[in-house]
Amino acid sequence: MSKSKRFQILNNRPVNRDGFIAEWPEAGFIAMHSPYDPKPSIKVVDGTITEIDGITRENFDFIDRFIADYTINASLVHFMDIPSVEIARKLTDINIARKEIIEIVSGITPAKITEVMNHLNVVEMMMAMQKMRARSIPATQAHITNVKDDPVQIAADSAEGALRGFAEEETTVGVARYAPLNAIALLIGSQVGRPGVLTQCAVEEATELVLGIRGFTTYAETMSVYGTEPVFVDGDDTPYSKAFLASAYASRGLKTRFTSGTGSEALMGAAQSKSMLYLEARCLYVAKGAGSQGIQNGSVSCIGITASVPSGIRAVLAENLIAATLDLEVASSNDQSFSHSDMRRTARTMLQFLPGTDFIFSGYAGEPNYDNLFAGSNFDAEDYDDYNILQRDMMVDGGLRPVSEDEVIRVRQEAGRAVQAVFRYLNLAEITDAQVEAVTYAHGSKDTLARDAAADIAAAESLMRRGLTGLDIVKALSETGYEHIAERVLNMLKQRINGDYMQTSAILDEDYKVVSAISAPNDYQGPGTGYRVGGQRWDEIKNIANVIDREGI
Amino acid sequence: MPKDLLGQQDNTILSCKNGGHTTKNALPDEALVTLVTKIVLEHLQASQPMPVSPSYRPTEVVIGVGPAFGTGAAATINGLPHSQVISEIKAGIEEEGMDIRIVKVFKSSDVAVIGKEAANLSGSGIGIGIQSKGTTIIHQTDLQVLSNIELFPQAPLLTLSHYRQIGKNAAKYAKGESVTPIATQNDPMIRAAYQVKAAIMHIKETEKADRNKETIDWGLV
Repeated sequence: MSKSKRFQILNNRPVNRDGFIAEWPEAGFIAMHSPYDPKPSIKVVDGTITEIDGITRENFDFIDRFIADYTINASLVHFMDIPSVEIARKLTDINIARKEIIEIVSGITPAKITEVMNHLNVVEMMMAMQKMRARSIPATQAHITNVKDDPVQIAADSAEGALRGFAEEETTVGVARYAPLNAIALLIGSQVGRPGVLTQCAVEEATELVLGIRGFTTYAETMSVYGTEPVFVDGDDTPYSKAFLASAYASRGLKTRFTSGTGSEALMGAAQSKSMLYLEARCLYVAKGAGSQGIQNGSVSCIGITASVPSGIRAVLAENLIAATLDLEVASSNDQSFSHSDMRRTARTMLQFLPGTDFIFSGYAGEPNYDNLFAGSNFDAEDYDDYNILQRDMMVDGGLRPVSEDEVIRVRQEAGRAVQAVFRYLNLAEITDAQVEAVTYAHGSKDTLARDAAADIAAAESLMRRGLTGLDIVKALSETGYEHIAERVLNMLKQRINGDYMQTSAILDEDYKVVSAISAPNDYQGPGTGYRVGGQRWDEIKNIANVIDREGI
Repeated sequence: MPKDLLGQQDNTILSCKNGGHTTKNALPDEALVTLVTKIVLEHLQASQPMPVSPSYRPTEVVIGVGPAFGTGAAATINGLPHSQVISEIKAGIEEEGMDIRIVKVFKSSDVAVIGKEAANLSGSGIGIGIQSKGTTIIHQTDLQVLSNIELFPQAPLLTLSHYRQIGKNAAKYAKGESVTPIATQNDPMIRAAYQVKAAIMHIKETEKADRNKETIDWGLV
């Protein structure tokens, strides 16, 4: 107990309930530069890379080997000769185009790009991110979960989330066996809210792949890669097996991205004394080499580790930026709670919100955080108005929009009823009218009715056993009076036939038109260029509910 | 005997061995003899581990503990003594009339791998995996390693009664009953408060892991 009243107040501030630790490079608790990080180097003999960052080919681990063979362009390694500080300057220079940076980075090593990042402060990184983001228009993604694994609530929250502007929605489950049921609830609910929203269900990889192949999800994200060999091996994985998994999705026309993030190797006790950022750079090079169009990164679920060390939040932006310089779509995290302090959690998000990334959040909680099964997101449903006002204050497109209570109630109810109808038609678990009603007006699972979990799980198992697919969902919707929703779900399934949405950074507009780095590339090169908020979109952002009625005064 | 008490007495013995003579926490002779016997037995068992083999007893649930459980660490991340955690899980299994075997897994510190190993060794195909920080999983032998029957990822929220319920549910799965999963525990601020501590405990557990070391019977707790 402090003697000073000032210190008593300070000690009780929320930020002092967060976890902090001093730098400890031996265990990998160091953000961007460990004394044990390698010096950048590369050697090429007859077109084969024989040395990366001080390691010769015979001493490569499987990550080095993969990066040497599939990521770094051996004909562009002369870019290693450019001093790192020069590359850093090019990143912030509006006269240097994005594609010039992409070319340089395709010839340099993980240690080199880490060195480049160490020359940049956060404002410079934000300037660089504004230029390097792949898609011209930023977007954002929601988490849609609840602690009861209640599919009716999933449907309603995803409908509301879609209405509010999320371009992608991700669910997961507390009890793994619920996954198929919640995947279809999310698919249906999202299309009620806004046609064209992409959905995924983050579960064990084999299950997730099956859900995708069946057409219960429209993209996948949780193909995790790691920066040291032991962590890969612990998951019975290699870069090669991850590339194989990505190909399995591609073969069925599904959009995918990889996932990685600083702090995971330290958390798993296998950081090999390297900095978090250097290890993350290795992950990103693996994702690139495996042919992924994109990555979810920014420490993600290990943010409590990265945020605990000095310069950790800066490292999170640096890793997003490295991904962008590798020409990957970046879903820039902000998806996991890490601080008790509203000030600190908001500041952390501004680093991606202000410059804009492909997905500012790769999981904004579309429910109260107590229902967020990713152990809490950095922003949740209670922050919707704050977020909308931040967009309005700064004239920034954060991907969301203000909505009216009436619209929200309407889509929540319709989503609940549509899922009720599909469950009945397919002879899955019973959903009562009272449940739909409760969910329509609910804030979270504390306001909903109990479900029979054992019956739901049996229904989920039967859904898989009977071999049902996305087309059965379409049929069920069509046969039960939800023809317009059936058409939307069918249009989502069609995306897998034409495959356009597998291009880098693809999202769909409400006419199912692909907006990607190909159809809407980021051409920012300083004032007067690039995507700027204006026109209809600005009107939408400005139109918040809580404004003073000057006529009424 | 609670493990933290054992730790304290361990130090007493250490200081005797080093020639230090301390009367301050001295134990009555009888207790000291019991203690020394116990420690010697533990060391003997540790140095002559019995590699375990799968069983065909369909009435059995296997509990697999992590490499540092009860040895490198004595309590979970929120301070529940490992001995009590095991007692509760055992009690839950016994209440359902099922048999118990406890094994110690060394090949990984990953809770999924530990749980899957326990399930593979279990006659019923149901296993419980538990890390020293308290993270627990109910696993089944025919599932993918990273899947599960029930997972309890937020160890700081788990109480002794949860562990008892985990034992009970695992036993019910082993009997082939239709089981209502334990209500999901979720605290959205858990990462901010506990992730660094979790990392340090996990680093210690990973230091004790050895990919080539076989799983052993760990009957005594």
